[in-house]
Amino acid sequence: MRTTRAGVGGRKIRGRDLRASRFRFRFYKKSPATREGGCQALCVVEFAVVAGNKMEFSGVKRRKPWLIGDQRKASYPHSLQFYLQPPSENISLIEFENLAIDRLKLLKSVENLGVSYVKGTELYQSKLEAEIRKLKFSYRESLEDEYEPRRKDHISHFILRLAYCQSEDLRRWFIQQEMDLLRFRFSILPKDKIQSFLQDSHLHFEAISEEEKNLREQEIIASSTSLGGPKLELEYVYKIPFADALDLFRGRKVYLENGFAYVPLKDIVAIILNEFRAKLSKALALTARSLPAVQSDERLQPLLNHLSHSYIGQDYSIQGNAGKISLDQIDSLSTKSFPPCMRQLHKALRENHHLRHGGRMQYGLFLKGIGLTLEQALQFWKQEFIKGKMDPDKFDKGYSYNIRHSFGKEGKRTDYTPFSCLKIILTNPPSQGDYHGCPFRHSDPELLKQKLQSYKITPGGISQILDLVKGTHYQVACQKYFEMTHNVDDCGFSLNHPNQFFVESQRVLNGGKDIKKESIPPETPQPKQSAQKTKNASSALASLNSSLEMDMEGLEDYFSE
Amino acid sequence: MEPFDPAELPELLKLYYRRLFPYAQYYRWLNYGGVVKNYFQHREFSFTLKDDIYIRYQSFNNQSDLEKEMQKMNPYKIDIGAVYSHRPNQHNTVKLGAFQAQEKELVFDIDMTDYDDVRRCCSSADICSKCWTLMTMAIRIIDRALKEDFGFKHRLWVYSGRRGVHCWVCDESVRKLSSAVRSGIVEYLSLVKGGQDVKKKVHLSENVHPFVRKSISIIKKYFEGYALVGQDILENKESWDKILALVPETPMHNDLQQNFQKHHSSLQRWEYLKKAASQCPSNIKNEKCGPWLEWEIMLQYCFPRLDINVSKGINHLLKSPFSVHPKTGRISVPIDLQKVDQFDPFAVPTISSICHELDAIFTSEVEKEENQAESDIKHRTRDYKKTSLAPYVKVFEQFLENLDKSRKGELLKKSDLQKDF
Repeated sequence: MRTTRAGVGGRKIRGRDLRASRFRFRFYKKSPATREGGCQALCVVEFAVVAGNKMEFSGVKRRKPWLIGDQRKASYPHSLQFYLQPPSENISLIEFENLAIDRLKLLKSVENLGVSYVKGTELYQSKLEAEIRKLKFSYRESLEDEYEPRRKDHISHFILRLAYCQSEDLRRWFIQQEMDLLRFRFSILPKDKIQSFLQDSHLHFEAISEEEKNLREQEIIASSTSLGGPKLELEYVYKIPFADALDLFRGRKVYLENGFAYVPLKDIVAIILNEFRAKLSKALALTARSLPAVQSDERLQPLLNHLSHSYIGQDYSIQGNAGKISLDQIDSLSTKSFPPCMRQLHKALRENHHLRHGGRMQYGLFLKGIGLTLEQALQFWKQEFIKGKMDPDKFDKGYSYNIRHSFGKEGKRTDYTPFSCLKIILTNPPSQGDYHGCPFRHSDPELLKQKLQSYKITPGGISQILDLVKGTHYQVACQKYFEMTHNVDDCGFSLNHPNQFFVESQRVLNGGKDIKKESIPPETPQPKQSAQKTKNASSALASLNSSLEMDMEGLEDYFSE
Repeated sequence: MEPFDPAELPELLKLYYRRLFPYAQYYRWLNYGGVVKNYFQHREFSFTLKDDIYIRYQSFNNQSDLEKEMQKMNPYKIDIGAVYSHRPNQHNTVKLGAFQAQEKELVFDIDMTDYDDVRRCCSSADICSKCWTLMTMAIRIIDRALKEDFGFKHRLWVYSGRRGVHCWVCDESVRKLSSAVRSGIVEYLSLVKGGQDVKKKVHLSENVHPFVRKSISIIKKYFEGYALVGQDILENKESWDKILALVPETPMHNDLQQNFQKHHSSLQRWEYLKKAASQCPSNIKNEKCGPWLEWEIMLQYCFPRLDINVSKGINHLLKSPFSVHPKTGRISVPIDLQKVDQFDPFAVPTISSICHELDAIFTSEVEKEENQAESDIKHRTRDYKKTSLAPYVKVFEQFLENLDKSRKGELLKKSDLQKDF
């Protein structure tokens, strides 16, 4: 019985071949956990790790009987939750994967909608609701048979914790999207359900009595921007220790008295979100510490890694345009059509006649993606390196092998794909002497500003870009760069890949799409901007969705290989 | 008062640290009843010695250790830092990353130089009785908020020795507050925003928060005396132009320009401004009609200006009470909150004056006293009482009494909960 690719091999057959299940069982004989057979019953002990408890390997695990009726309602009393308790049921590996992928799709949608629309507006809310409904997650209280969507929501959240606890960037991303999702769900919760939800979530917010409210009516109304007029009798007001209402009191948006904040219901959301963020942050840190134990489970390791690096969209490895670029065009293309990351790599290469490994990978693969052939690439790099007084023989021995390797002509012969924006932003940050990475992510804002000034971006454009960078919307910042350098109001695409930038740029410069606007871009007054956003966001989202499907197929193919 | 000569500091400090510094009370404060083990031992102090030699991460075992070291090193300045996870003087032996600041009082530093754009009498390090009112108002406004809004009970206000005041909030829960909450508190207390390139630094919204309203009531009590008489902010065209820079360009602006000429004092001009501001036509909605404009001007000229960096860091070092200011010689003395209006920074004793007082008393007493050894000890424990430092130490002792009372109350509560009889 071969054991090397056992983990992957076990996934090969989707659960009908009893021989396969026995094979899998035998592989895991050393761990006493999965005593029971059956191809579908896998003990999801990892969740015990997530809660910070020691991993428990129990003896014979009885499959939980299906919950019926009231029992189901009791286990998930609300359409939203704080994910305080990890799930403890058994699920199959198939379901494990599907739940993870679905939730990832949901969170990516949350992210995109959050950047394309103003959060909280009607359009945003309805789009988000549609997404959630499509993916069959829970969101509204009053619907029938909420058990399955709520259960899905619960389990998928915990699965993604495993994938997204691993680095500061991943954690931040995960927390941000989960918060936006929770904020939305809370916003559609009916008022009478809020109290019971808070109680069930063990949040100790005391609503104050009528008399207490009356004593402070003037002050509470004067402090809260969300209260419209003297309707205090209808509002719940909560008394919370001031330190728990940081975001409210720091901006003087709440009435403080003797160390307590008197928070009307409308403002409770901010506090709840803070609580949620703090708890989730702690939980992720705990999960990260327990992760090695989970990662040693070879069933899960590939999936988790792939999830956290999953790129949604084209990979630009198909070179339909191979050979259409000539080497002497590269200098001018670098200023006209390259995204800033590649522009700076090209400049560094020309100036130093050298690039370190990270830069060679990122830039070399990009060039492949825009159409350089292997022969051209070899010539390009050699010419440049020789200028740096490198010995031609040394180049042939050392560097040319690597270039051929990245084209898939050596070793494993994998045809490496050019890096996506996400990959560049999240992995392998540059150090001193490196020029790779994403300038919007990895450059100091002052240096970025100078760089943009040298690229002749207008001060207005620069400040918009810097604001986006501050909000960690790096790819949108790059889109803005595109718009400024190509003199268009709206780039018309949602940037995910440097080669996409190049393709779109060429399209604009060589005619084809009539995006060029006559007038000079105005100071982007707010209404206009959102209108434009919605017009193009829907097309962007549509293209995103179609490419989402493309990649999800890729994900499933990966596992069925 | 004996004039202060900085060159005499080494000698004066020697005497001060041997006979006058109130070690017992000081230790009583920072030990906080000894409830938490090693609280005093893990406290960081920093000393500035002669010739500007600065040493950090000083820590002491107990009161007598503190006394001995201070007498030995004769620091020109003493700063108090945070309570750390380990003894600060052993921080180099601790594993990297394990040495952390854990607790500290919430502190505020209000400095007169931050008001240079709105005071006409002095600038930078200078102060006078006219502009000192700014500190009086600051203390009243901030203290009210700390007490009534935040519920902080143990607040020690201290004169910094030259041009400002410090506040130490010492409640048990406050010492544990995170940096984020401390920043939030400063933000809550801030209204004047912008540096040199910002003309109008206060903007009020239609909804006026109770904190702002109560602060304005306090300022109103002092505004006439301080701003209109003392500072005379509408005295002449040069000075009232600065006020007009805060008034939006409207018919009212021109109206004020013209009419200010016709009046003869700041008082009159201010009355006129108030009337004009409240009578603006109802069709101009966005310009501040009603009292907002008047309030914004008052706030820009009188509202306290805090330095957020002092307050937000748990490991920030701040000048210690009863420390000496090396340039003025004044002792950093506690301010009696009951008598804030009467506090006079120029009446605060300097190190030379109290040393001089001590000398005068000592020589006369030695003539009387027969048992020298006994008198030595007696002197050490009561010397400060014979000098002008005494009333300030009394204020400090009252503060310590309150801390003790609270602590006893807490312990009682806890033991009740645990049903310890």
